[in-house]
Formats: sequence, C-alpha cells, structure tokens
Amino acid sequence: MGLLDKEFADTNIVISTTDDVLNWARLSSLWQVSFGLACCAIEMMATSASHYDFDRFGVIPRPSPRQADVIIISGTVTLKMATRIKRLYEQMPDPKYVISMGSCSNCGGPYWEHGYHVLKGVDRVIPVDVYVPGCPPRPEALLEGLLKLQEKIRNESMVRKSK
Amino acid sequence: MKNAEEIFQILKNKFQDSVLEFKTDQPTEPIIIVQALEIDKICSFLSSEDELQFNSLVNLSGVDEIKENKLSVYYHLESTIHRHKILLKISTSREKPEVPSVVEVWQGANWHEREAYDMFGIIFLNHPDLRRILMPYDWEAGYPLRKDYENPEYYQGMKVPY
Ligand code: SF4
Repeated sequence: MGLLDKEFADTNIVISTTDDVLNWARLSSLWQVSFGLACCAIEMMATSASHYDFDRFGVIPRPSPRQADVIIISGTVTLKMATRIKRLYEQMPDPKYVISMGSCSNCGGPYWEHGYHVLKGVDRVIPVDVYVPGCPPRPEALLEGLLKLQEKIRNESMVRKSK
Repeated sequence: MKNAEEIFQILKNKFQDSVLEFKTDQPTEPIIIVQALEIDKICSFLSSEDELQFNSLVNLSGVDEIKENKLSVYYHLESTIHRHKILLKISTSREKPEVPSVVEVWQGANWHEREAYDMFGIIFLNHPDLRRILMPYDWEAGYPLRKDYENPEYYQGMKVPY
C-alpha cells in the first residue's frame, strides 16, 4: 500500500474532500484515445512501451473515443484529418482533455509556411490543455506534459458550482 | 538488354512521328519524349514486345513546366526480365492537360495517375477512377503543386494560412 502502509492508528476512516478524491481518481486513470498521426506518434508509442511505461500513470489507449478522457494529438494535423479530429473530440464524454504533442500540432511545425495541406495548430479546431514542444518531443517531454495535465486536473473542482 | 538509344530507335521505327525526341543533354538518364495522346499505345507496345518487355512501371510523376506553359508526365519503366530501363516523357498544354491513362498496361499506374491528377490537374483519359487521392474530395482551391497555385484563406471554416 505504499504511503498508506501502517500510517493510521485507527482502521477504516480517512477524511478528505470530495474534490480531492474525485480528482485523484480522475488524474490517476487518464485513458487516452488510441490514435496517432505522424512521426510524433512513434514517440508516443515509445512512451507507452515498456521502457517509459505510460501505464504507470494510468494512461492506457482506448480504441473508442467514448471511453476516453484524453486525446493526444501526436503529429501533423492535415486539413483533411482536422475535420475527423474535431469529430473524435466531440465524441468523447466530458470531462475531456487534449494534449497537443509536437510542433506540427502546436503550430504547423515544419509545414507552417508551405504546407498547403496542414492546419497551423490543432487549437484552431479543438481547445488544447497542454502543449508539448519538440519535433518530435522525447518521451520524457510527453511524460512531463502528462504531469502538467495531472496538475491541472488536481486543481479543478467537479462539485463546486462554477461562478 | 538494350540501352536507351536502341529502345528509342525501335520506338521510332514503329511509331515514327509520335516519337519526338531523344534527349541526352542532362545529368539524368536520357529521356525519350513522345506525343501525349499516343502514350497508351506506346506503353502497351513496350510492355508486350518480346525484346522489350517493360513489365514494371517504377514511377509516374507530374511536373509543372510553367515557363514553357506545359504540364508534363514522366514514366520510369523497367523490365525485370531484360534488366533495362528507360524514362519516357510527355507534355501537354496547361489549358487542356489531357493524356491517355496507362492503367490498362500497368495496374500500378492507377494511384500514381490519381496523384498526378490531384496535384497537377492532369486529366488521364479512360482512367477507371479518377478522383483526388491525397487532398480532400471537396477541395476546390485547385491543384497544389502547380507553380501558380494559391492557397485558399479558409477550408470548411478553418483558417489555412499561418
Ligand atoms: S512535430 Fe516533427 S516529429 Fe512531430 S509530427 Fe511534426 S514533423 Fe513529425
């Protein structure tokens, strides 16, 4: 049980806030849409594989957007793909998050000027929570992006009324 | 095995005026330039003739030669039987870029021709399925690899320029 191991004098009762419990559950099991785009996707797969092991943060790929919490836009977003990405995003249930991985998805990357077919940043079609820079970002950078997203979720509130 | 010049002579004897020029003054392999509208007949001859047997279309690509006001298509052919290669070229006008398809001769030409159509707007006559292959089907802004192409401001409500 790690941290909880033999720390309590009494059994059974832990006091916390609803927000903390819900957020802890949500940020520890961020399921990603099983979806990759270009060269960055290779790096994303490396992050999922045994060496970097995305799974230890609770990130596993789900083949359906309807069962996913986060979508990692890992690569070049062509105009043709952008319409599909928008639809995928809309099919995800709330609350949902977007990590934009790599220069292409952040701002068009190497195709920013002459890429007649490339959307200059996925944030033109869907809202982005975390931008991970790099071409491609190393797995460590993507992990850092995930930690940033977890930090964001940790500070959200699911129960308080929004003003 | 035959060299490009011998193959040019065979073609010249068979098709005469339809075979225009044998071009050697460049760093690449020699180019045989032929009449655009005869390309299907020439290719079917090249693939079926016993001493030539070009059974493989290695590559087919469009080129915009805007200075000469032309659109060209290059055909890289190889015979895996006789182990010889040639490079064929046709040119057509930018206003009415039409050239017969060679899908009948090599099935592999299908997607190559669709790509040349998608990027340059070259119409391949008798092609079984001449649709765009890379750009969206509803792309209306023209053919992106033409030198005078201008990207649109918007596509489906998405801003295109940086
Ligand atoms: S940012 Fe670089 S590595 Fe990533 S998809 Fe674009 S070109 Fe490929």
